Amino acid sequence: MLGFVKQALSRYANPLDLMHFGIMGMNQRNVNYIGRYNPRRLFPLVDNKLLTKRMAMEYGVNSPYLIGTVEDVHDIDNILEILGDKQEFCIKPAQGSGGKGILVITGRQGDSFIKGSGQNINMHDLRRHLSNILAGLFSLGGKQDIALIEDLIHFDNVFAGYSYEGVPDTRVIVFKGFPVMCMMRLSTKASDGKANLHQGAVGVGICIRTGRAVRAVQHNAPIRMHPDTGKDLFKLKVPHWDEVLTLAASCYGMSGLGYIGTDIVLDKDRGPMLLELNARPGLAIQTANNAGLVPRLRLIEALPRRLSLNPQERVAFAKEHFGVYLE
Amino acid sequence: MVSRGLFYIVTAILFVTGLLFMIYQHVTFEVPFLPGDQREVWSVEAKVEFDPTGNGAATVDFSLPAVQPGFTQLSQSTASVGFGTSYVMKQNNSYVEWTKRNPLGLQTLYYRAEFLRDDSATASSMTIPELKQNTEPEPFATAMREIADAAMQRSSNPFSFTVQTIDELKRQPEIASLLLSQYRREELIVHILELAKIPARIVSVLDLEDARRNRALSSRIAVFDGQHYEIFDPQSGVSGVRDNQLIWKNHDGSLLDVQGGQNAHVSFSILRNSVAAAQAGSLKVQAALAAGEDIVSLSIASLPLEEQSLFKNILLLPIGVIIVVFLRIIIGVKTSGTFMPVLIAMAFLETSLLVGLIGFVSIVAIGLVVRSWLSHLNLLLVARISAVIITVIAIIGAISLFTYKIGLTEGIKVTFFPMIILSWTIERMSILWEEEGYKEVLKQGGGSLFVAVCAYLAMSSAAIQHLTFNFLGLQLIILSLVLIMGNYTGFRLFELKRFRPLSDKIKNQLNGDEKELEADRLKAERQNIKKLFPDTRPRDYFRRDKEEYKSRQDKD
Repeated sequence: MLGFVKQALSRYANPLDLMHFGIMGMNQRNVNYIGRYNPRRLFPLVDNKLLTKRMAMEYGVNSPYLIGTVEDVHDIDNILEILGDKQEFCIKPAQGSGGKGILVITGRQGDSFIKGSGQNINMHDLRRHLSNILAGLFSLGGKQDIALIEDLIHFDNVFAGYSYEGVPDTRVIVFKGFPVMCMMRLSTKASDGKANLHQGAVGVGICIRTGRAVRAVQHNAPIRMHPDTGKDLFKLKVPHWDEVLTLAASCYGMSGLGYIGTDIVLDKDRGPMLLELNARPGLAIQTANNAGLVPRLRLIEALPRRLSLNPQERVAFAKEHFGVYLE
Repeated sequence: MVSRGLFYIVTAILFVTGLLFMIYQHVTFEVPFLPGDQREVWSVEAKVEFDPTGNGAATVDFSLPAVQPGFTQLSQSTASVGFGTSYVMKQNNSYVEWTKRNPLGLQTLYYRAEFLRDDSATASSMTIPELKQNTEPEPFATAMREIADAAMQRSSNPFSFTVQTIDELKRQPEIASLLLSQYRREELIVHILELAKIPARIVSVLDLEDARRNRALSSRIAVFDGQHYEIFDPQSGVSGVRDNQLIWKNHDGSLLDVQGGQNAHVSFSILRNSVAAAQAGSLKVQAALAAGEDIVSLSIASLPLEEQSLFKNILLLPIGVIIVVFLRIIIGVKTSGTFMPVLIAMAFLETSLLVGLIGFVSIVAIGLVVRSWLSHLNLLLVARISAVIITVIAIIGAISLFTYKIGLTEGIKVTFFPMIILSWTIERMSILWEEEGYKEVLKQGGGSLFVAVCAYLAMSSAAIQHLTFNFLGLQLIILSLVLIMGNYTGFRLFELKRFRPLSDKIKNQLNGDEKELEADRLKAERQNIKKLFPDTRPRDYFRRDKEEYKSRQDKD
């Protein structure tokens, strides 16, 4: 009987240990950080990609170029005018979640389009996809939606082999404008090209000071190689690291949200670009970094309230305190 | 941002108010905290019969039962064909008066009253009788004086005098038989008490025994010592009334007055009912309200019956809700739809658990199959949900028809399931299946069912139904508990399991070039910053600025 209890207990972590390591739980995130630092009225800014993009353009934050929007049925008829002579583009719903409804077009021959997977679709299929987006097929709760047409991202060559399909993106948790913790999310066969960790994507914790990989996990378990490509994940080093952090840090002043997850992609030509913001970033980043979020957040909370630093200064502070590798 | 202090004060006020309401109801209306407590309610019916004399009008006055400690009268009614009825006061005593112009043949009148056996009832309508001079003729006066003298010797107060008088009548049988040939025993004792200047009165009591008919009242003697009185049995001298003795008439007036009638006779039938203590409390409240008393009832029981049954279910919802809050926030169970499990549990209350579970699982399973076919059609959301709703209704119809045909009437109860909620559940689970795979569906579906069963078990418990129905204060307590849980920032039970590998890893391995645990290093740095900027109050920041912070850092 005692042995059974012991065995059952051994599958659970000691909450005192977790508190000592500063690991953040769901309740603490919701009450102490999202509830306290993210005003509800600002949520639409990040839940709607179109609003995020407009805001980014206003504040000069680098993000994929917006070719156009499809807001009603009338726009669907004019889709050729909106597209102009663009050969490559990406259509996404403004309020989609989890990568649903994203259509990547990599080539075009008249009225025939080539999808990212190599499949050909015609004008009719494209219009049908757009009308599905407008009707809310991909948005949460089935709300009417808007379709965004953006420039295609060509991800940086350094990431070749680190991702199976899909774009590898960098998730930086930004707290009161300080980049706090970072990971790269690499899609796998298991995650079906999507970058969500609970769907089987690989999370690679990134050192804030150097941009080097700290640790990699898939399904909550540590790994060393990418399961599909076999690349050594520990050799990963994010290029343009300072720019990535500065871009992330500047999202605070732009959105007004104190605790956000910023998703950043690295374009071969245009450098780091803001893909989207998330007002409820997940907790798996802690596992990927082998560290708790709370000590880092509390260090920032301890800073004097009147202290106002610009994004570069905040990045410098973060690099000084949250680094794992010396260089 | 509301300050934490205010939050805790408000929560505490809610909790205490709820608790006080509960105690108030417990004390004032004697609602017990646990169900099952039974109280006695006695139904007494008095039957008055008389023959009218000639062809004149008849007026019948019948004394109403006395107000007395130990009993609360809940209701009264009369039944009398062709008679006018009114409640009147005669010499400060309450009577029911029946009147009729031309009664013919044997007349029968009924008066019915219900009494709650009630230990907290203390009111009494007993008045102190006037002391009369003993003016009995000889030789009876002398005989009485003899008894009185003997009793006086052996007694110390009016009550012991009474006991000794009754005793002395037994001891001196010759004198007693002389007196009893002239007086009834209770009359005689009152006359002897008059000699000793002790006020006394004959009262009529009814022995309450279940299912008795044709009972008569028996006489007792109420002996007064100042304000206090005691009741004595004139035969045995035993004092006091038993629990099941009801004082019917406690005044000097007559029990029954018939004008224009003869051979009047009254007899009583008695019936005992047991009612739940809670119901007894509400009956009391109703009786008090009927009597025009100003009493604040915080019980749903003062509403009409139809509204009561509606409220009975509504008041159970917070119990289900608090269980959902607990299981989601403290345990971390994943459910499909926040309060869907509570609604399912409400349906279980109607169907019984097993039928409900089978019904729920089969409806959702069939629904998922149909929904997966619908998803091939690539319909728009509203149309798709509508199709699922119609499918759910068809499934429910088919299940009830099928089970009814094979003789299982229980199956018909699946109609109690909330169909729209079920349709949304199917829709959500189907999307979950496509996006996350069947494992997540089983996890959330199982979680929802688990929560629903927990909520069902709590809501179906007789004790909890009793508490929620009778104590509205409990709702405030639940509200305060929900608020407190909404403020819980600790780990969920399932997170302890989720973070177990991470915890082990952090314990065993330092990251990169780290020399000590990052949490410890950052803690030291935080304390360092606090030392540099000891002020944390907003008004202390006026003199601080960026330059100062930097200059201090440079010095370090």
